[in-house]
Amino acid sequence: MSRIKNAFNGKKAFIGFITAGDPDLEKTEEFVLEMERAGASLVELGIPFSDPIAEGPVIQDANIRALMAGCTTDKIFAMVKNLREKTQIPLVFLAYANTLYKYGYEKFCAKCNETGIDGLIIPDLPFEEKGELSDIAKEQGIDLISLIAPTSEQRIQMISKEATGFIYIVSSMGVTGVRSEIKTDIASIVNVIRSVTDIPVAVGFGINTKEQVKEYTTIADGAIVGSAIVKIISEHGKDAGKYIYDYVSGMTSVLEIK
Amino acid sequence: MAKGRYGIHGGQYVPETLMNEISRLEEEYEFYKNDALFNEELDTLLREYAGRPSLLYFAEKMTKDLGGAKIYFKREDLNHTGSHKINNVLGQALLAKKMGKKRIIAETGAGQHGVATATAAALLGLECEIYMGREDTIRQALNVYRMELLGAKVHPVDSGTKTLKDAVNECMREWVSRVDDTLYVLGSVMGPHPFPMIVRDFQSVISREARAQILKKEGRLPDVVMACVGGGSNAMGMFYEFIKDESVRLIGCEAAGHGVDTDRTAATMATGTEGIFHGMKSYFCQDGYGQIAPVYSISAGLDYPGVGPEHANLKDTGRAEYVPVTDDEAVNAFEYIAKQEGIIAAIESSHAVAHLMKIAPDMGKDQIIICCLSGRGDKDVAAIARYRGVDLHEQD
Repeated sequence: MSRIKNAFNGKKAFIGFITAGDPDLEKTEEFVLEMERAGASLVELGIPFSDPIAEGPVIQDANIRALMAGCTTDKIFAMVKNLREKTQIPLVFLAYANTLYKYGYEKFCAKCNETGIDGLIIPDLPFEEKGELSDIAKEQGIDLISLIAPTSEQRIQMISKEATGFIYIVSSMGVTGVRSEIKTDIASIVNVIRSVTDIPVAVGFGINTKEQVKEYTTIADGAIVGSAIVKIISEHGKDAGKYIYDYVSGMTSVLEIK
Repeated sequence: MAKGRYGIHGGQYVPETLMNEISRLEEEYEFYKNDALFNEELDTLLREYAGRPSLLYFAEKMTKDLGGAKIYFKREDLNHTGSHKINNVLGQALLAKKMGKKRIIAETGAGQHGVATATAAALLGLECEIYMGREDTIRQALNVYRMELLGAKVHPVDSGTKTLKDAVNECMREWVSRVDDTLYVLGSVMGPHPFPMIVRDFQSVISREARAQILKKEGRLPDVVMACVGGGSNAMGMFYEFIKDESVRLIGCEAAGHGVDTDRTAATMATGTEGIFHGMKSYFCQDGYGQIAPVYSISAGLDYPGVGPEHANLKDTGRAEYVPVTDDEAVNAFEYIAKQEGIIAAIESSHAVAHLMKIAPDMGKDQIIICCLSGRGDKDVAAIARYRGVDLHEQD
């Protein structure tokens, strides 16, 4: 069983997001291990990009901090290789298309395979454009994770049929960031997905409370939290580890065994 | 492979949230572009409001002074709002209205596209919000006030380099959060399909007119057609109807800033590499890891790290050539055309004039150049004075 499948096997998944290299790559390793210790089932690592158009201010700032600290794609691969000696937690990259395109799709996917990255989330590579990457990723055993948005409507089935790894439902319109209220009817989106595939479904964008984690892991298979964790890093910098552990422990305490 | 390709360039590299909206935009555009009523309304607006057709002006003094080819200027600077931007904006704002949108948003660099968008919004009764890099709101403060006078809300953008690319980022973020009642009126031949096509179609009125005008005046096609290139909308408009005329050389002039061998440049064709950004595959100024480079030009309108995908393909196929022009050369041209022809041209357009000054003397007297004057330069006067060390601030 792949590491991603394993993350959803017999349990609901809490997925934590941090930007790699914020505040530095040693700390990224530590934060991943803290999240795992606190019960996270999967970790999403953002590769910092100069112009992250899908991100709200909190993650934009994390991208800037990481780039200012000298983080690069190659340094992230080196960190992941190191981290893989310490943990088998599934790891996926959140990266913008240009990061992969410029590195070379084949070289990038081969590096993912070699260092132990399990999946890729590319917010600016929609269904119509994924063809240039999907076969290459598949060859290297890397899942290309599809996003479904509140506006996807008749596209949901088409996207779900070709989805690999898990499906990422974008809960709200707009960019990443903490929201007090999510208005989208997630349950009906999940129902449409379920009509065509058994692949796990996780919900992200705007989630930051236990109540939301509870709600979305009841409707779907997992909940993704990003900005709330990144905010902890922005506040505590290198000392964020224990705060991340406390926060994630709280979130995972509400998860049910399937 | 998805729609909207120009060779390998173009495509639709946008978040899933926008995919249905840009598909709908394409469908609506494909309908209205063949709709007689829509075309009649747009044509009336272009004639009665924007002042089209724009003149094709024979620059006799410059022709004599440079001593080579006959020089014609396509006077987009004489349009209402002072640049070619109005051609596209009237088309897109009318489309927004037909689509039932209540609100339009746009990015702006120098402020020309922002002013044009605010103008069309005022005329057609749409809400309008403009995103402009903080740096540019300072460089072009007068245009900010102009947009506000026209009833638009201007949002200074503080992310990234605080210039045009960041204004585009912020516009995309805003559009993703509110697609139902809002249309993003993109200002150049860039972004995801269908924008490069829509903007090119609305701007191609420039070459449609110029081609007919030169045939009438000279009885033959020009030898060279040239324009400045940032994202590339006036150049695409100026080139489009001449692409099929293989004898016509097409030259795009991009902003080299301090020079293509420095890091203070915005010359994407000369220094950029293939990438994916702002919804399209094209050439971008970027580092080895694909981080988009901070670019620089004296011209806020050309200060963009990418170029439209159709231009990228015209470069790949060799149909058009692209040349870098420095700040210094552009400022010299700005002053030269003012003194020679009594025309204060935009600093953006002055990049094309600068290259024209290089090539015209070596061409034969029976040869013809058409250069697009994309905008007027009133907005640039203070910046040019500063460049020459003159302080224009009035005493209190």
